[in-house]
Amino acid sequence: MSENIKIAIKNLSFYYREKCVINDLSLNIRGNEILCVLGPANSGITTLLRALNRLCDLDAGVSMKGEILLDGKNIRDEDVNVTELRRRVGMVFDVPTPLPMSIYDNIAYGPRLHGNKGRREIDETVESTLRMAALWDDVKDRLELPAMSLSGGQQQRLCMARVLAMNPEVILLDRPCSGLDPISTAKIEESLTELKQEFTIVLAPHNVQQASRVSDRVAFMLMGSLIEEGKNADVFSRPKDQKTSDYITGRFG
Amino acid sequence: MNSRDHERIAKALIWTAALFVLAVLAFILIYILARGLPRLDWEFLTEIPRNMGRSGGVSSTIVGTLMVTSLAVAIAVPFGIGTAFYLAEYTRGGYITRIIRFCAESLAGIPSIVYGLFGFIFFVIFLGLGWSVISGALTLSVMILPTLIRTSEEAIRAVPNIYREVSYSLSATKWQTIIKVVFPSALPGIANGIILSVGRCIAETAAVILTAGSALRMPSSVFSPTRTMAVHFYILAMEGISMENAFGTAALLIILIFLINVVANTFVNRFVAKGVKR
Repeated sequence: MSENIKIAIKNLSFYYREKCVINDLSLNIRGNEILCVLGPANSGITTLLRALNRLCDLDAGVSMKGEILLDGKNIRDEDVNVTELRRRVGMVFDVPTPLPMSIYDNIAYGPRLHGNKGRREIDETVESTLRMAALWDDVKDRLELPAMSLSGGQQQRLCMARVLAMNPEVILLDRPCSGLDPISTAKIEESLTELKQEFTIVLAPHNVQQASRVSDRVAFMLMGSLIEEGKNADVFSRPKDQKTSDYITGRFG
Repeated sequence: MNSRDHERIAKALIWTAALFVLAVLAFILIYILARGLPRLDWEFLTEIPRNMGRSGGVSSTIVGTLMVTSLAVAIAVPFGIGTAFYLAEYTRGGYITRIIRFCAESLAGIPSIVYGLFGFIFFVIFLGLGWSVISGALTLSVMILPTLIRTSEEAIRAVPNIYREVSYSLSATKWQTIIKVVFPSALPGIANGIILSVGRCIAETAAVILTAGSALRMPSSVFSPTRTMAVHFYILAMEGISMENAFGTAALLIILIFLINVVANTFVNRFVAKGVKR
């Protein structure tokens, strides 16, 4: 199990202009696991996720040191194709972000960008990914409606289906359940535990309880530094660091 | 006087202002339509002007207006939208951006008669295009560029940034993001700018009279001289040829602009309501 390393982060430091947001972080992410990156706001978790698919390249004034290896290949190498990287490492944002087009077109967006897939092939992708995201039964009769017409929880599951349609290897989820009701949250968590059979999942949970429910392993970050990482059971029952213990028991954060 | 009275007085003032504006607009419209509409008949629409415009119709000026306007917009739109995308998507407020924006805004402040003079000297005489539809259209296209650039740029900037991030995160390139997400989202705003520009072209006299001329015959190509409806109206009224026909032309102009707005709005609304391009 420990040999199956999908992403290896080595001594990553990350700066917005002068400000250090991630400080010398090293972390291994294993294949087919759910890793929860836990921590209070401003801990650098969003930045970490955005570094993994190089979405941070879009921001001004960014600089970084260290290495991020995806299957042993540094994603910042010159010869890395960024669009292919983002296909392999998909992302779900902290607010539901349907594009202003139909439900169908939202999911077809990724597949249509690459290669001339036929209508039938895209139809199949739309159905299978909506099923994986537990949304098919809700929307199968109204795929042509604007995605904005869905409820918040449905929109977020649509965003998951949209990522799955790119056939990624890693899925990053940045607090995907913030602002969702408990039933929607439960549905998304349920999908996640099924999806880890096929994908590697990095989740920034929206609270400690969610991390304890769905994660295989947990990493705790505070002010840009990795404080502790380990198996779910170890971190939650026997945290090594006092700060971790204080955070998961709710003394701060 | 308590706060409820304040509220009432403020409301009354605002209502008065709005009503006043409405009243002025309604007065102008009713006055022109009342004097112009009786003149409108099939002959007026289909005959070319005779006897300097004292009799006959205005058909050649309708054709001239449509030719000059559509050509001007067709020339200006690609450059205007292209510049707007460059300013909004491809630069981060650098030196060149500021120069382009400064130039565009300076262009916006120039009186149209100056464009007319420029068009006369450059297109009509220097390039030897003569008084023609194409000279008028080129001059007008320069004149409407600032409006097009500014409205389009604002529409593009108003597209939520998260759309771009989502598109990139779904492995789109910058160009794919612009074509598939940013442009469709900005289209209603861009269309609005185009409609404004069309209105300015149709209504323009000073720049057109110096570049497209004031010939009354039916233009046969883009190199023929022509007289637009606004110019025709101006000459009829200014030289006291026929106030009756001047008002008829004015009424027709108003109806034309109204129709263009209705058609364009329907088009845009349908697009927005669908929210989709397949």
